[in-house]
This record gives sequence, C-alpha cells and structure tokens, in this order.
Amino acid sequence: MNMPGSDLLTMTGIVKEFPGVRALDGVDLDVRAGEVHCLLGQNGAGKSTLIRVLTGAHQPDAGTIRLNDEPVQLNSPTAAIERGIAAIYQELDLVPELTVAENIFLGNEPSRFGFSRAHEATTKAREILAGLGHAEIPTHRTVGSLPAAGQQVVSMARALSRDARLIVMDEPSAVLDPEEVSNLFRVIRGLTERGVAVVYISHRLEEIRQIGNRVTVLKDGATVATGLDARDTPTRELIRLMTGRSIEYVFPPRNEIPTTAPVILEVINLSRPGEFAGIEFSVRAGEIVGLAGLVGSGRSEVLETVYGARRPATGFVKVDGVALRPGRVQAAVKAGIGLAPEERKSQALLLDEAVYKNITVSTLGRFASAGFLNNHAEREAAAKLTRTLDVRPVGVDQPVRNLSGGNQQKVVLARWLLRDCRVLLLDEPTRGVDVGARSEIYTLIRTLAANGVAIVLVSSEVEEVLGLSDRVVVLREGRSVHTGPAQAIDEHQVLDLVMEGSAV
Amino acid sequence: MSEDITTPETTPSTQATVTPPATRNSARLMRSGVGRNLGLVVALVVLCIVGVITAGDTFATGANVLTILRLAAVIGVVSVGMTFVITGGGIDLSVGAMVALASVWATTLATQQLAADFHWIFMVTTALVVGAACGLVNGLLVAYGKIVPFIATLAMLAAARGLAEIISDRKTQIITVNSFVDFFGGSLLGVPVLVWIFLLVAAAGWVVLNRTTFGRRTFAVGGNAEAARLAGIKVQRHTVALYVLAGLCCGIAAVMLMARTTTGSSTHGQLYELDAIAAVVIGGTLLSGGRGTIVGTVIGVLIFTTLNNVFTLNNLSISAQSVAKGAIIVVAVLLQQRLARSSNT
Repeated sequence: MNMPGSDLLTMTGIVKEFPGVRALDGVDLDVRAGEVHCLLGQNGAGKSTLIRVLTGAHQPDAGTIRLNDEPVQLNSPTAAIERGIAAIYQELDLVPELTVAENIFLGNEPSRFGFSRAHEATTKAREILAGLGHAEIPTHRTVGSLPAAGQQVVSMARALSRDARLIVMDEPSAVLDPEEVSNLFRVIRGLTERGVAVVYISHRLEEIRQIGNRVTVLKDGATVATGLDARDTPTRELIRLMTGRSIEYVFPPRNEIPTTAPVILEVINLSRPGEFAGIEFSVRAGEIVGLAGLVGSGRSEVLETVYGARRPATGFVKVDGVALRPGRVQAAVKAGIGLAPEERKSQALLLDEAVYKNITVSTLGRFASAGFLNNHAEREAAAKLTRTLDVRPVGVDQPVRNLSGGNQQKVVLARWLLRDCRVLLLDEPTRGVDVGARSEIYTLIRTLAANGVAIVLVSSEVEEVLGLSDRVVVLREGRSVHTGPAQAIDEHQVLDLVMEGSAV
Repeated sequence: MSEDITTPETTPSTQATVTPPATRNSARLMRSGVGRNLGLVVALVVLCIVGVITAGDTFATGANVLTILRLAAVIGVVSVGMTFVITGGGIDLSVGAMVALASVWATTLATQQLAADFHWIFMVTTALVVGAACGLVNGLLVAYGKIVPFIATLAMLAAARGLAEIISDRKTQIITVNSFVDFFGGSLLGVPVLVWIFLLVAAAGWVVLNRTTFGRRTFAVGGNAEAARLAGIKVQRHTVALYVLAGLCCGIAAVMLMARTTTGSSTHGQLYELDAIAAVVIGGTLLSGGRGTIVGTVIGVLIFTTLNNVFTLNNLSISAQSVAKGAIIVVAVLLQQRLARSSNT
C-alpha cells in the first residue's frame, strides 16, 4: 500500500473523441493515496467518459496516465484491474444468481489443480467483509437476494480481493436510503485509512462535503478547477464553476401564448411508489413546459407515465379535458400524444430499417387500403418531412443507423409530426446531438409549439430547460419543488433546488 | 461532369457518363431481394449442376423436378409460417406436432364421415382450425403469459403430439374419402395441386410480409419491440397473430401431407421444426428478428429438398445427407455474418 498523501494517479491532458463529439478535451486529474477525491460536473461534462478511460474501457486519443509516477497504458478493463483500479457502477456488475463469496472471487477463484476451494473462498470473503465492517453479510446468500446497499458492499469487497488501490464510485448513493449512505461512508473511511484512494462521483453537494477531501470540477470535457477543498469551497463557487459555459447555445425566441389558449394536457396528482408522488402540471396549446431535475429525480418516469408506458398508482392524465385510460400507450397515442424517448436507439428507432419506414411506423393505417401499403405515398410523405426538417444525408431509403444523433432525433420528431400530435413529450431531445445540430432541434421544437402543439420537455441540462421552456417544474426525489415561469428563475437557483433542496 | 472533357465522343467520357447509373443499379440490385438472395441462388444452381453431373439422366427430367417441388411443398408451407414468427422476434418449435395433430383430427372417423356425406372441405376446415387454435394458444402464452417462445412452443410440441397419439390411439388413420385424395393428389395444368398450394402460400406470404401494414409491423416488433410499443403498435396482439399464422400454415401443411400419404398420423411432421428453422435461417431471416425474407426461405427449402434428391438418386445414405445438411447450414450462416458485417461498415 502507498503512504497516504502521496500521489497515486496523475492524468494529464486526456482527450477522447467520438465521431462528431469531443467528449474529453484536456482533462487533468490527480488523486492521492488515502483520499476521497470528488468529481463534480453537469451531465455531459465528461465524467462518465473519464471513468471509462480510467478503467480501461476507452482508450484516450491523447494525454498521459501515470500510476505511482510510472506511465501506464490501460488497454483493457483487465489491465486496469491488474494495476489496482476498480470501479463500482450504479448498475452493479454482479451475478445475481451466484453467492456472495462466489461473486467476490469471480474470475479469481481460489483453486488448486483446477478444483475450486469453496471453503477457502468463504473464509477469505468473510475476512474481507469483516474488514469492511459488514461481517453480518452471509457469504452463502445469493447476491440477488441482498438489498442494494449489501450488493454495493459485495462489489467493494470484490475490488479489495483484487488489491485495488483506487476505487471509482459512480453515484453510489443514488440507490441508497440515508441510513445506508452513512454506512457507505463508514466503509469509505475504512478504505481510505488503509491508503486506498476513492474517486467519488455524486450530484449531492452535502455528501461531497461530508466525505470528500478534494474536488475536481469538469465542464464541457475539460477540467475547470482541481484540488478544491471539499469542505470549505462555497456552494456558489462550485455551481459557478459547473455552469459558466464556454459554448453558448442560441435559443429561439419564445412565442406569446394568449391567455385564451386552451389547456391541452393536464396531469393530475400522478404518483408511482418509489418513483414520484403528487405530480401536477398542465400545458396549454403552444406552450413548452420543462421538467428539470437530476437523474433519479423521476423526470423520465413522469414522462413515460403520462404516455401510458407505466401505470400510475394514483392520478390521471387528461387531454382536451378527457381523462385517458391509465397505463395504455394506445390510449395516449390515440389522444394525440407522442413521445421522443430518452434512449433513442433502443426505445424509438428501428436502426436497420429505412428512414421512411421509421417515420411512418405510427401512421401506417394512413398509407394503407385494406391493409396493403402504398410504398410510394409513404416515401413521398417521408421525403417531404425530411426536406422540411433538413435531415441529412438526404434519402429516405437509407437505414437510420447511418444518420448522426441529431438527424436520428429529427426522424423521431418527423414520426410524430406526421401524426399531427396535440402533445409531444420530449425526453432529452439533444442527448448525443452535436453542438451544431442542437440549435436546429431547438428551433424545430419552438416551431412545433408555435403551431399549437403542447410540449413537455425533460432534460438534464438545466440551461436547455430554462432556455427552451415557457414554464419549468423542478423535481427533486420524485416531488415537485418549484413551478413557475422559466424566465423568473436562473440556472444557479435551479441547481440549488435540485442539489440541496433549499428554498430559492 | 467536369468541364475539361470537351469531346463527348471520346471513350473516357462515355465511360464516365455510363458509370454512375450502373453503380446505382448495382446498389439497388444489392438492396433488392434478388441481390440479397444471389448467394442462395448460386448455391442452388451449383447443387443442380452436381445433380446433372452425377445423375444426369434421372435428375434433369421434368418428372424429377416435379418430385422435388412436391416434396418441398409441405415443409415449404410450414417454413413460410415460421418466417413470420422468426421475423417477429419469436420461434415456433411446435410446427411438426401441430401438423401431426391437425392431420389426425382431420382424419378421425367422424370427420371423414362428415366429409364423405357432404364435402371434403370439412376435413380441410378441421385441419386449419386445429392448427390455428394451437397457434392461438402458443401466441397467448408468449404474448400475455410472458413465457419465452422457446419454452411455450416446446410445451406445445410435447402436448400436441401427445394429443395426436391419444386421438389416433397411435394408429395410422387411412383416408377413405376419395374426393379429397383425388383433388389434392391431382394436377392442374400439369403441375401437382400440392405445388400450386405451396406457390400460393409463398406468394401470399411475400405480399403480406412486404406490402401490408401487418408485414411492416412484424418487422418493427421483431426489430425493436420496445420501440414498436412506444410507437403505438399493439405488440402483444400482433405477436398472437403471428403464432396463429404459423399454426394456420401447419394446418395447410397437414392437409397437403394427408393428400400425399393418404393418411393421418401422430408421427407426421417429425422434426419439421428443425427443417423449417434451418430453411428460414439459411434463407437470410435473422434468428433474432427484425429481418426476414420469404424468397430466401423458399430457396432455402428448395436447397434442402434438392440436396435430398441428389443424394437419393446417387444411392447415398440418409446419414450422409444429414452431414451435408449440417455443413450447408454452417457455411450459409457464416457467409451471412460476413455479408452483414461488410454491409454495416
């Protein structure tokens, strides 16, 4: 083990490019043995990519990584593990059907002549768990039957069984209740006392103050501040570092919404246990209402419930004053609701199918007589829309897979445009869309609203929600904590609300 | 065209003006069914050439071609149904058992009596209804019972064949309704009725899969069920319809098999599920769903049947046939994966 306080890891000038996007653009990070180093940044700032570079899942295009002052190449996750770098993700990489002991030593089983030594594994597993202060976890239980907190401990035990010197924790508290969080902190303190370094990622500032030693802030793929004191740096300063964007997006001007504009969508007292409770808002024709909140605040769940893809425990949704049958996508679509889901590729698109087939999939009946499709009419309609939306490259017969993120999003929007939607639910409409195409999407959304569509927008980028919406609803842990005009609140106040829950 | 070409008569410029449409044509060809099935057609042609060389006088006769088609017809109809289920993201292991059950039920003494008294249409209807009903059960179990298709249809495989054995008491039921045998065993314009049925089913299958909303939704459900659901498609109902369709095809196949063998038996349709899946997969339908081709399936069926024929004419054993069949499946799928990879990059 290293001496606490000595430099364990130094990353300098890390650059990582994906087609069309520079995810990391010169990130510096140095972590000392025995410290809890917090990584702070908005969604899309590059935290996840940085972690993937650190754990060997991505190879950086430029920059150096030094471990104990030796330059290293982390070509694969295995290489990272061998160097003592482990990661604990939100979705834990455990095998639920195997026991605690089997999971801890997975791929590294104590054995002799190829025969596994179950007894030795159990003993060692018990030792490690006791070292983590969780001797009460039975080593023979299957991991799937443990609560989330227990699974996290098993994941950490696995890291320790491989002699990890650096453990990355990606929002470990997101799945835990307060009691379990204090347990987690106890474990982390035990680790750091042994000289293990922890890179801790969380959106909750109060946690960072409690457990962290130093803070590095990322923004737009670059380090904007490093080595800040986790306890004493003022919240205002941290938020300023996270926001103050270098790229300014241009948002289209808002439309005047006449007070006589009819209310199209009404969401009344919508709840789902464990996800969100008592959500109420309404959207008028031509209005854009934005839902702001962190991952896990219930934003997407609310949207999917409005769409009928999830069944609410209480409450209902009205379109034009008529209540929809809850939990039915069919009913929502029939009433004129369209959804552009968060996971475009897995939830909206048929990637290998032609552009026009993706556009007409929700309106097939319109192009068919007696069930027979008129391909020509389909292509015509799709071609007209793709021209209006400026989808590139031109051509409705190519598979959607060939298009960039922004153009794929336009295809999804075209699908609902073709249907003459009354209500459009947009979940992260600019995720994976490069900077240039963003303003196009923004203009498109505003134009739709101007044509009388009621729009609900969900985004993890506060700037986007504020810039595009007429009104905002701020969610924190499944509850609405603020509703009001978008122009009356600024990014700092929203971040304050979602991170600290304090009043503005 | 660039401006430096001043003399339109020179060969380079004519080549230059000719090339773009040519490449566009070949690109369109590759995207069309013919292009995608080119490899299969080549394989079938090679097989025929081998047939002509090794057994020329008996292989290349009109009668032998009709024999091949007659043998391909029954499994062909089953494979068309299978193509729909697989394209829609499922699988149906119970097709052989459904054929057996339908053939037994349609040849019971009671049904035959009804057919003899009124019309053979009663036997046909019985077979179709039994097949569709089994398919309905499969579909309900998969779509609403949330049982994985492999298991749900495995259960149907066991149950349907068992039921066929109970009904027939494990005895072969001879068909005595002559009008039935005469009609389905006969020929129309020199082509056996069985072959006509196969052609009709295949053509109808192609139209439904490629030209109707039902077909388009099948691709959507098989390609990305979640996206299809969120796009407003009734995924569960559609899944049920796909299994009913497969069951219906088995009912038709049962009628054809009854005509060919003039019997109904609980041993009919043995291993049809494997033959059908093999034909569908070498035809180019993706086993994971979302991509399917009726033309490919038909050629796949013809390849296997022709292979059988060539081996039989050369007095080679059934065991040798099986080995060749296995090899063809592996080679075809390996080739397909190569093609898929090269077209994606």
